[in-house]
Amino acid sequence: MAEAAAVVAESLAGYRARAARAVLEQVVLPGEELLLPGQEDGEGPGSAGERPLRLNAGARSGGRVVCGPGLRRCGDRLLVTKCGRLRHKEPGSGNGGGVYWVDSQQKRYVPVKGDHVIGIVTAKSGDIFKVDVGGSEPASLSYLSFEGATKRNRPNVQVGDLIYGQFVVANKDMEPEMVCIDSCGRANGMGVIGQDGLLFKVTLGLIRRLLAPDCEILQEVGKLYPLEIVFGMNGRIWVKAKTIQQTLILANILEACEHMTADQRKQIFSRLAES
Amino acid sequence: MKETPLSNCERRFLLRAIEEKKRLDGRQTYDYRNIKISFGTDYGCCTVELGKTRVLGQVSCELVSPKLNRATEGILFFNLELSQMAAPAFEPGRQSDLLVKLNRLLERCLRNSKCIDTESLCVVAGEKVWQIRVDLHLLNHDGNIIDAASIAAIVALCHFRRPDVSVQGDEVTLYTLEERDPVPLSIHHMPICVSFAFFQQGTYLLVDPNEREERVMDGLLVIAMNKHREICTIQSSGGIMLLKDQVLRCSKIAGVKVAEITELIQKALANDQKVRKEGGKFGFAESIANQRITAFRMEKAPIDTSDVEEKAEEIISEAEPPSEVVSKPVLWTPGTAQIGEGIENSWGDLEDSEKEDEDEGGSDEAIILDSIKMDTGEVSNIGSQDAPIVLSDSEEEEMIILEPDKNPKKIRTQTISATQVKAPSKKPVKKRKKKRAAN
Repeated sequence: MAEAAAVVAESLAGYRARAARAVLEQVVLPGEELLLPGQEDGEGPGSAGERPLRLNAGARSGGRVVCGPGLRRCGDRLLVTKCGRLRHKEPGSGNGGGVYWVDSQQKRYVPVKGDHVIGIVTAKSGDIFKVDVGGSEPASLSYLSFEGATKRNRPNVQVGDLIYGQFVVANKDMEPEMVCIDSCGRANGMGVIGQDGLLFKVTLGLIRRLLAPDCEILQEVGKLYPLEIVFGMNGRIWVKAKTIQQTLILANILEACEHMTADQRKQIFSRLAES
Repeated sequence: MKETPLSNCERRFLLRAIEEKKRLDGRQTYDYRNIKISFGTDYGCCTVELGKTRVLGQVSCELVSPKLNRATEGILFFNLELSQMAAPAFEPGRQSDLLVKLNRLLERCLRNSKCIDTESLCVVAGEKVWQIRVDLHLLNHDGNIIDAASIAAIVALCHFRRPDVSVQGDEVTLYTLEERDPVPLSIHHMPICVSFAFFQQGTYLLVDPNEREERVMDGLLVIAMNKHREICTIQSSGGIMLLKDQVLRCSKIAGVKVAEITELIQKALANDQKVRKEGGKFGFAESIANQRITAFRMEKAPIDTSDVEEKAEEIISEAEPPSEVVSKPVLWTPGTAQIGEGIENSWGDLEDSEKEDEDEGGSDEAIILDSIKMDTGEVSNIGSQDAPIVLSDSEEEEMIILEPDKNPKKIRTQTISATQVKAPSKKPVKKRKKKRAAN
């Protein structure tokens, strides 16, 4: 029955599924099916329906392939669920087929386990704080999840404070839970964010770009003024510089980096460095 | 969704910045954001963008009978709606306070100031007058809704053209748009609202507050004025105490701002009229620039399309022809026909229960046939019903086969036996009637 369904799906789609390798760095749309490297042999033109069904996943060249955000496994192919550019990363240690994912642009955040986010405390009720992270539900944060917190020694958190933490529970069926402590019990930079500074919101794609290793934007910004900056994967950035004017300039630059090309950015930075 | 709460550090930062006379986007204290006005293809449709705040206005008209105590005046109707796409906090049931406040302010600004000559909207006194309806939709909320809405309303009214009407004695002729050019409304003056936000108990003042600034403000003063420096409406909310000279100062600033905005509106209207007269393209598609996200721009790749036709023919010639679809309907009884074959039902339990129903139905009385749901690949040719069909190890020796026109029963037993073969382990063959309990 799987065969018949696959044939029906192909003829209904009206086109053949493309090889993922051929579509790297190109724009893909939801609903497209991509073939992993091991399946490209039987797909010459016109061989609709005669393809042997490969059920043995292990025999594929390249081993285990991880499908990341924007992709879903459908049978033995990858189904695209978000529009954006298809990316691939080779595996570091040699085994496995690497990671495929779709780089898409989005402003609304959906909590994901392990993400570090900036939240705003909205309520204190008993032992937990309710923290707004920009998702559909406020996350809960226990007062014991801070470094050095005990029942007697409570952290000093008020309503309206900014918290930098990570999610330990984040799925679509439960309210998300976050902590400000890592698995060893150390804060590692997480916790309540200081009093001054400015919080602003950008798109999720810009945050991922800024957090990539060797980000040029960040290096250039660091050369301008001394600053403190915190990036939350939910699109929120907190920035603090010596004066209010400098903070405002930094906030405006980071927001504008979304839509500027590299040349325009360099121009602006050089102009700022002069003044 | 609930509104995103304002964090303490944001509030502190904003207030400190205002004390140092700095605004988030670099404006001065008395500066307005960029105002962009664009018109649609219909008369009376316009979009106003005040920074990122966007309002869409549409004017329409209708002939109705007038109000009883105002028999010679037309009717004006204003409606502002906060669309759910404007802000996550706007939900269908939840916006009532803000909505009522904005609607009341808009009505006072436009209706009570008599900016539109309602007498000119009368067609037949006491019987037919024009009802002008202004609908405003907030598309994006980035602060200062009331200013953007009032600009959109007055621009839409100035842009609107109503159908021409002529009265000769008792005859009233309403001309369509093709017969005679539509006529603009008669507008005396253009009232425009200017908002002032106060901070720290009235110490600091900002014109055209942003959404963030609106969240931390103490009070709001709205002055509606026209370019002749006549105040049409003034409203102070938030409960702050304002001194007399503060209000006078604000009115002077409002006069300057209104003059600038009115000039902008006149220019936009004149531009649009020119384009329409010259026969050029007008409408939203031309005037709203495309907003591209440059982060994902791809370089254009040149595509060689010279051999596309040959390739297409190659593919077509090598591909298999699509399987033929059996489209002849098969008549079972008068009023019941079957077209095509269904896909096999893959629910095991349902097969059993269906068979049981068919059993009981078959052994008792004449059957009302529904269209056959289950069919397998083996039973391929329904068309050849006249060929004798062999009943294999069927348990239904007691079943009576009725033949209204063709032999539908044989088909059904065949399917039953076929499915029986498919799922032999599902049910013990003897205990047919009790298989529901067994399963």
